[in-house]
Amino acid sequence: MRSVQALAVAALSVLTISDVSRAAEPKSGGIFRIYHRDSPGSASIHEGATYSLNVPFMPIFNNLVIFDQHIAQNSASTIRPELAESWAWSGDNKTLTFKLRKDVKWHDGKPFTAADVKCTFDMLMGKSQQKFRQNPRKSWYDQVDEVTTNGDYEASFKLKRPQPALLSLLASGYSPVYPCHVSPAEMRTKPIGTGPFKFVEFKANESIKLTKNPDYFKKGLPYLDGIEFTIIPNRSTAILGFVSGKFDMTFPTEVSIPLLKDVKSQDAKAVCVVEPNNVSTNIIINSSAPPFDNLDIRRALALALDRKAFIQIMFEGQGDIGGTMEPAPDGLWAMPKEMLESIPGYGPDVEKNRELARKLMQKAGYGPDKHLQIKVSTRNIAVYRDPAIILIDQIKSIYIDAELDVVDTAQWFPKIARKDYSLGLNLTGNAVDEPDQSFYENYACGSERNYTNYCNKDIEKLFDQQSEETNLDKRKKLVWEIDKKLQEDVARPIIFHARTGTCWKPYVKNVTIMSNSSYNGYRYEDVWLDK
Amino acid sequence: MFAYIVRRLFLMLVTLFGISVIIFVLLRIVPGNIVDILFDAAGFVDPADKANLERELGLSQPIVIQYLHWIGGLLRGDLGYSYVSEKPALEEILPRIPITARLAGLALLFSASIGIPLGVISAVHQGSKLDYALRVVSLSGLSLPSFWLGLLVLMASVSLFGTMPIFNPNPKTWLEALTIYAVPAMAVGFRSAALTMRITRSSMLEILRQDYIRTARAKGASEASVNYHHALKNAVLPVITVIGIEAAFLIGGLIVTETVFNIPGIARFLVEALRWRDYPIVQNLVMFIAVVVVVVNFIVDMLYAAIDPRIRFGD
Repeated sequence: MRSVQALAVAALSVLTISDVSRAAEPKSGGIFRIYHRDSPGSASIHEGATYSLNVPFMPIFNNLVIFDQHIAQNSASTIRPELAESWAWSGDNKTLTFKLRKDVKWHDGKPFTAADVKCTFDMLMGKSQQKFRQNPRKSWYDQVDEVTTNGDYEASFKLKRPQPALLSLLASGYSPVYPCHVSPAEMRTKPIGTGPFKFVEFKANESIKLTKNPDYFKKGLPYLDGIEFTIIPNRSTAILGFVSGKFDMTFPTEVSIPLLKDVKSQDAKAVCVVEPNNVSTNIIINSSAPPFDNLDIRRALALALDRKAFIQIMFEGQGDIGGTMEPAPDGLWAMPKEMLESIPGYGPDVEKNRELARKLMQKAGYGPDKHLQIKVSTRNIAVYRDPAIILIDQIKSIYIDAELDVVDTAQWFPKIARKDYSLGLNLTGNAVDEPDQSFYENYACGSERNYTNYCNKDIEKLFDQQSEETNLDKRKKLVWEIDKKLQEDVARPIIFHARTGTCWKPYVKNVTIMSNSSYNGYRYEDVWLDK
Repeated sequence: MFAYIVRRLFLMLVTLFGISVIIFVLLRIVPGNIVDILFDAAGFVDPADKANLERELGLSQPIVIQYLHWIGGLLRGDLGYSYVSEKPALEEILPRIPITARLAGLALLFSASIGIPLGVISAVHQGSKLDYALRVVSLSGLSLPSFWLGLLVLMASVSLFGTMPIFNPNPKTWLEALTIYAVPAMAVGFRSAALTMRITRSSMLEILRQDYIRTARAKGASEASVNYHHALKNAVLPVITVIGIEAAFLIGGLIVTETVFNIPGIARFLVEALRWRDYPIVQNLVMFIAVVVVVVNFIVDMLYAAIDPRIRFGD
């Protein structure tokens, strides 16, 4: 409890400090030093799906539009223009037109035009001759029929049907505009953007260096001379580096709750915030093979979970319980509490839930004398392994004896794709707090990231229905209904939504950690150092 | 002696060929490849894209062709391209070698300059309090893992001085280089120093019991002359062997030390490359390490012959 109070005080002091800092006159200069948790595979944001990649490279780029970098909660109302000066929907809500800025240059001096917008999204839709090696967010643009240009400074997205969510998807840190004149291969090693910082070098396992773009189209920005990421995979060394002043900020959202206490005890002046980050820890179930092809066993599993215990053990109580969409108040689409608690397994009486689970297990032929033997597969990473161990302990109570099956990272997705598992402990990060992103990516029939091959045509119709809906209240109700059904179907039982910490030195100004995404808040164009 | 050297050189080539085959095959046996890991970062595996990427990287070719391609390139001085950074492997590996070489060299220097004298002192004062104290030090050196020792040093540095040694791979002066490398070199060299000390001690004790030592003393030679001229010269042979072997084993210790101190040397780079299954980097780096080990072994054997005239292989 005391630690919660301490964090609350810390959070309040952050707010106060931030308010003061915004009132103060920003100073130019200085290198912003951040440690990085690991070496990203490349520098190409469009080909990656980890924020190890978009934290260091997001400052190089601009989007057509972007979520306001100083409002923690991303929403449609916080979308601001970047490369686009303005945008407008057509009367039938099937065309989204952007008027583009005319004063923008790529870092190599070439002018930015609407052709760059077209070729970026053509490549993302797989319509271009040049191909990405990987295209993890191709499904975001499934409803885009074509991107057209009208002269050099107007681009339109023509849709097959209305999709209000498209603007939010374009505002994600994952949606930068790439230059037409640079190949995808070059973008992996020497990215060129229009953003506030230019790429200097990326030494694998060592460092990533960015320098100020003096020709940035937003006059007077950025304030910093550059940003340096030092790659330190050893967490203890990295934290010591921050405490000793070698770094101005920790890697965003990478300080666990127990580590946060260490940081504060060694550096009382450090400003630390704890935020949810729209990453859920969940169970993937192979329902195509025994024993989990039996719905009763799947339901028993969902009933056996004690979600509060997970959060208490792993985060000292600092986590949230919810469905697929991030819980409120930070999540915009979360089911109301009463609705959530009406879902089997979410009710507060864990023992009662487990009693029901045991009955279902007995119906399926298991009991005190005949336990079900399975393996729980997961990746050899602490944030996966630790909850898997708790899960194994909890399902003992419903006659399931599980063994931990730790899988090497290189083998994880091939193993899941082969359906060579019974239960898997998985983490799902959502790039945008937006139902279209979550539902189509993780639960649509045939989607590449729908690891369990869950396919329910009735729910799929509801996906489209909510996606087309322009009335926000109506859409929210549809989203709640879908989320409830996904949990009742035990499609991918959500255990909890994590919260994590970020710390920086008090002289770092204008950093905001997003509270409903880990992917969208790293442009850093007006961050400054009060030194 | 000449015939021996020629035979040893031939055997070195055969050994290196064998190692190259083993490295290559083992790497391909390890489950998963770079393509799986790249897709892991993307969060899914697309079979068609995977096949394209495997073709692009040459991984769809038969293993024998891949091997011949690698060896052919190696003989021409072309180490291929890193799958991860897409830069020439040579460009990635070369700048890291001096960093690790300096660290390893300093660690070995530390190990020899501390281990040999302390081992001699311990042996000469066998059974004394000093001997026991030194044996405790050597035992702790063998027991403490270098990553723990390294972390301890870093934590002490932060809590005592409010700072920590930050690594600069390109020091401008010798003094700067020494300050940067000294602490991690000591952390990794402590184990080798302890081992060297134990070997020196036991080897010295064995020699000191020999008849010719008694003869030297009977002839009236001073204690210092007996210990250092007659005994140490003969006791040092197994110590050289141990230091030679340690040079090879040091790479294991360096992996953790480079990680803890965040030193961008080849040991940490190798582990990262293995994690990504970056074959061009791993196979060339392991081959480089194998060459170093084989050459060090060769040098140790030559030193044997140079130090002890009784050993003249093949003569």
